[in-house]
Amino acid sequence: MASAAQPALRDPAWSSRVFWMLAAVLLLWPMLVLTEFKPWTLFETASLKPTLRFVGDFFPPKVEAEFLMAVAKETWRTVAMATAGIALALLLAVPLALLSVRVLSVSALAGRMDAMPSVLRTVTRWLMIVLRSVPELIWALVFVRVVGLGPTAGVIAIALTYGGMLGKVYAEILESGEGHATQSLLRNGSGRLQAFFYGLLPQNAAELTSYTVYRWECAIRSSAVLGFVGAGGLGQMMDSSMKMFNGSEVATMLIVFMALVWLADKASAWLRTQLG
Amino acid sequence: MRGITLDVAAGEHVAIIGPSGAGKTTLLHALACALRPSAGSVQLGGRDPWALPRADLQALRAQLFLAPQVPPLPPRQRVITAVLAGRLPNQSLLASLKSLFYPNDIPLADAALARFDLSEKLFERVDRLSGGERQRVGLARALASDAKLLLVDEPLSALDPTRAVQAITTLTQVAHEKAATLVTSLHHVEMALQHFPRIVGMRGGEVAFDLPAAQVTPQLLQELYAQHLHELTGPAPEAIDITAAPALPVVMHCR
Repeated sequence: MASAAQPALRDPAWSSRVFWMLAAVLLLWPMLVLTEFKPWTLFETASLKPTLRFVGDFFPPKVEAEFLMAVAKETWRTVAMATAGIALALLLAVPLALLSVRVLSVSALAGRMDAMPSVLRTVTRWLMIVLRSVPELIWALVFVRVVGLGPTAGVIAIALTYGGMLGKVYAEILESGEGHATQSLLRNGSGRLQAFFYGLLPQNAAELTSYTVYRWECAIRSSAVLGFVGAGGLGQMMDSSMKMFNGSEVATMLIVFMALVWLADKASAWLRTQLG
Repeated sequence: MRGITLDVAAGEHVAIIGPSGAGKTTLLHALACALRPSAGSVQLGGRDPWALPRADLQALRAQLFLAPQVPPLPPRQRVITAVLAGRLPNQSLLASLKSLFYPNDIPLADAALARFDLSEKLFERVDRLSGGERQRVGLARALASDAKLLLVDEPLSALDPTRAVQAITTLTQVAHEKAATLVTSLHHVEMALQHFPRIVGMRGGEVAFDLPAAQVTPQLLQELYAQHLHELTGPAPEAIDITAAPALPVVMHCR
C-alpha cells in the first residue's frame, strides 16, 4: 500500500517483465499442441506395461564372453569410424577455413579487400554452411545407398558434415583471435601460408586443437547413432538387438557406450589441460 | 597527417620524436606500405608501391621491416621461431615449414639474441618472458631479417635505461653493418639526440622540424613538447602494458 502512495518506489521494470512472461507462454502453447506433447500417456497402463517389461529385460546385462568380444569389436569399429571421419573432415575443413579467413588476405592489409578474393571467401563460407546444415544421418542414408551397408557410409557422412562444421568454426576461431602477429608477418612480406604457420596457427593452436578434440568426442557419439541406419558399429548391433527385444544385450551395449563416451570425455579433458 | 615532405636517403639513420598522438606511428606505417596514404604519395627506391601489382608490392615489403611497438609474438611460439620469422620473406614455403620441424638457422637466431643478452632464452616460450624480454625478441627478429629499410616503432618503451642504451646502440650498429636505412620513432629525446644524426620532430600530424641532431636546440624541444612537457623530462610513458599473461587452460567451445 506504501507503493500506491509513493509511485516513485514501484519497480518500473515489473510490468514489462510480466508482459514477456505471458508472451513466452502464449508462444510456447501452440508448439506444445503441434508436437502433441502429452507426457501423461507415458504413465497409462497400456504403454507402461510393455515399457516395464522391456526395461525389466535389461537386467541382468548379457556378459557371455563371445558376445562381449563381438561388442568390443563393434565398439572399436565405432571409434575407428569417428576417427577416420574426423581425419577426412580435416582434409576438407583446413583448406576451406584457410580460403575463407580474412586475416590472411594481403589486399585487406591496407584498406578494403579486393573484389575477387572477397567473392571467393563468401562462396567458401556458403559451401561450408551447406555441408554442415545437412545432418550426418541424412548423408549416411544417402551413402548407404551409394556404397552399401557398412562403416564406409558412416565415415563419409561424418567427413562431410564435420568438414563443414570444423571449417566454419576454425575460420571463426582464426578470425576472432589476435591478428597482430599475422598482420606483422604479412606486412613484412611473408607469404599467406608462411604467415599462417608462423603467426596465425601458433596464436590459435590450442583453441583449434581443443575444438577438434571436442568434435571427435561428438563424432564418436554420432557414429553410434549412424549404426541405426546401417552404417555399422555399435549402433547397428544395438539396432538389431532392439528389434529382437533382447533387453539384456541392449543393456550391455548401453553400459559399454556410456563407458566409451566417458572415456572420450576424459581423454579430451586431459588433452586440453596439456595444451595450457 | 598533413603536408609532410620527408626524404630519407638510403643508409641514413633518422629518429622521429614528438609528443604522443603526433603521428609518429602513422608515418612509420605509411613508410612501411602498411597504410595507404589517402592523399599524396610514398616512393620507395623511386617507385610508388601502391601502383605496383600485388605480388610486386609483397616483394617490395620483403625488403623492408616494420617492428611494431608491441612485439607481434604469438604466446605459444618459441623464441627461436619468433626470431627466425624475420627470415620468412627470403624463404620458400617448404623451407619455412622445414624450419618449424627443425630450426634451419640456429646460429643466426642465437647471434641476433646474443646482441641483446638473450642467448639463454633461445628455446624458451615467448609467453614465459618478461615485457622487456619480449620487446628485445621483437628487435632480434629485425636483426635476423634481410631488410634494407628498418622501421622501428618505440623500441625502448618496455626497457630499463641500461637495456635501452644497449638496444639502441645495437640497432644503429646493425643498420651500419648491413648498410640499411633506419627510421625509428622514440620517446627518449636524449637517446635520439645521442644516437641519431638526423632528428624529425612531429607535432599534431605535421613535421615541426627536420634537422641534424646538433642543431636541435632545447628551445625547439620545448616548443615541440609544449603542453606535453612531462613527456620531455619524465620517463617514456609505457603506452601499452606488454607483460604477457600466463597461459590459461584452454576453454572448450560448444558451437
